Amino acid sequence: MVPDDEGGGGLMRADLLTDAVDGLDEALAAVDGFDEALVGGLLRPQPGQTDGLSGLADAVAGSPLAARVAEAADKTAAGAAGEDHFVALAAARTALLGSVHDALTARVEEATGRPRTDEAAAPAPGEEYAANLHAAARSWLCDLARAGWQGIDHELVAGAAPVVSAMLPDPALRRLATLLDGFAAELAASCPGATLERFPVRRWADLWSRALLLTLPGAARTSSVAEATGRLLPLGVDLQEHATAVQAQVHAVFEPADGTTPRLVLASVSAPKPDTVVGAGLWQLLRPHMSLLAAVSEGRAMDLDAMPVTAEGDLIWDDARARAGEPADVFATARVALPTAAAFAVSPLDRHPARIAVPVLLEGYGVEEGDDGLVFEVAGCRLRVDSGRVPAAGPLTPEAVAGSGACVGLLRWDAGQFLLQPLAVERTVRKKAAAVHAGAWAGGTTDKAGVRAEKAATDAVKVLRERAGKLLRK
Amino acid sequence: MGDGALSVWERSSTARVVPSARPRKLAKVPFVELADGRLQGVVSSGSDIGRVYVSSIEAGTYAFACSTNNNRPCGGARGMFCNHIRALVGEAVLQYGAERVARYLKVEVDAAEPDAHSVTSVMTAARPAQGDSSAAAQVFSRFLRHLSYLELAPTTDPLPEMQWFPTTRAVAA
Repeated sequence: MVPDDEGGGGLMRADLLTDAVDGLDEALAAVDGFDEALVGGLLRPQPGQTDGLSGLADAVAGSPLAARVAEAADKTAAGAAGEDHFVALAAARTALLGSVHDALTARVEEATGRPRTDEAAAPAPGEEYAANLHAAARSWLCDLARAGWQGIDHELVAGAAPVVSAMLPDPALRRLATLLDGFAAELAASCPGATLERFPVRRWADLWSRALLLTLPGAARTSSVAEATGRLLPLGVDLQEHATAVQAQVHAVFEPADGTTPRLVLASVSAPKPDTVVGAGLWQLLRPHMSLLAAVSEGRAMDLDAMPVTAEGDLIWDDARARAGEPADVFATARVALPTAAAFAVSPLDRHPARIAVPVLLEGYGVEEGDDGLVFEVAGCRLRVDSGRVPAAGPLTPEAVAGSGACVGLLRWDAGQFLLQPLAVERTVRKKAAAVHAGAWAGGTTDKAGVRAEKAATDAVKVLRERAGKLLRK
Repeated sequence: MGDGALSVWERSSTARVVPSARPRKLAKVPFVELADGRLQGVVSSGSDIGRVYVSSIEAGTYAFACSTNNNRPCGGARGMFCNHIRALVGEAVLQYGAERVARYLKVEVDAAEPDAHSVTSVMTAARPAQGDSSAAAQVFSRFLRHLSYLELAPTTDPLPEMQWFPTTRAVAA
């Protein structure tokens, strides 16, 4: 293969993304076996399900988890599993997907040719916090596992609501609360399980095992925090939402003032929300809490002064430690700063293929529009474009992506293949390059369609606040 | 189970199970949901700003109920759907799409493209019974819980789990 863009921040070896990864199929087969056992429930597992349990135990037989998982698989197969056994199974599944994550990440590093980091994230201290709420969540998750996805009904699913309501007001419990809230809403919308024709098998097993591990002491604690002083060059915004929560994450290159290696960092802002706050309303909720969103819309860098940063490269954003900097073009950042930026190591629990989101720059690709959406042809290899992940309240459309000549995006992996999530594209309009950004409206917009969307969202929240004022404080 | 490979959707970590709600104006019907086997929600009173009605239709039987938040029965909902219930169906169709509302309520619409009118017509033609309003308190408390989400503080601590909930341009069909 001929590198497509020598010296660029892009994909040097796209062929590596389509080549088979050793051991991947075997690891995923063990995960699938367990996930299928969860469909029928673990109260009284049938022979087909016990194979899935023993398969999971066999897959981690060479690891420190071996003995505990083997015991858990046996007890569960006999219909005699306790909470600790379910936790052990969830840990085994998480470890397997962690190895998949590592193999895929190594492949991405090879493909992008970017420097890698060796330092591992510091383990979080294990302290008991809100033990009763965590125990209640764990108990609900274990009931869920016993019933299986086929066995879910409204009564069982409703068991999550009191736990979620009690956890949400405490920011320290927000991770687990937000996960349980989104998971329970999906389960509720799918009840009763007995009538479902198919199940999101891997997804629900992911959410279940992740939630179960987050109930353990210290699991959700952020890793050790340092301070970041220097220049922050945004690359783009990734938006995530379920019915009652939203998070925006800004991917950026951080250039330390002391001249050390530039780093890939992430700044996040999230909020719980009513399900009727959507589209531009999401930006409105988040905007007041992170000045970086405005900088993104204005195409500016930001100067950071002692901004807290975790060992995973997450900036814990504080507006008081950031001020607007010089104009900064995303494509210039991607071409010049991105190739030298090193990623942070991922904390052990967060190693999962769904977490892979590596900024890349692609140029000189061909575009194919097939039945299953857009495909970029990069150096003779096909890379599917996940334009569904582009926020609806923004100017970047699938059409703009299809007509683009350069793209800054996040390399992701799902259901057995790498995908590209566009963050921004460059198109040639009247012989001049024009950029369109997925997160352009994050900080506000003067775009006509954008202003209309903002107005509708403002009205919706106004009505809800007015109602809340009248009814909530009686 | 175990009889063949899982499909792409089944093997996806980020498959969208519940589509996003579609944007709609909230002044008339601030809250609507498909839950507990009912289409239920809260409808603003046309005359009194401090009053709301709690309205619901049961899936399958279409048994309906409408009362104020102080549990006074709605005058219009005697023997037939009142205007609050009709508004509830209309806004539910806006938020979730007619197809999802019809499926949840077990309404079989002949029309190729069901809308609020055709869904309502099928239900009224079945001459549904007036249900009791015992669920009203629960629906109202769910509405208050829904509103309370606006009061919760945003955070800049990362939520890695949100990676499983990507935004999607696809909204309720």
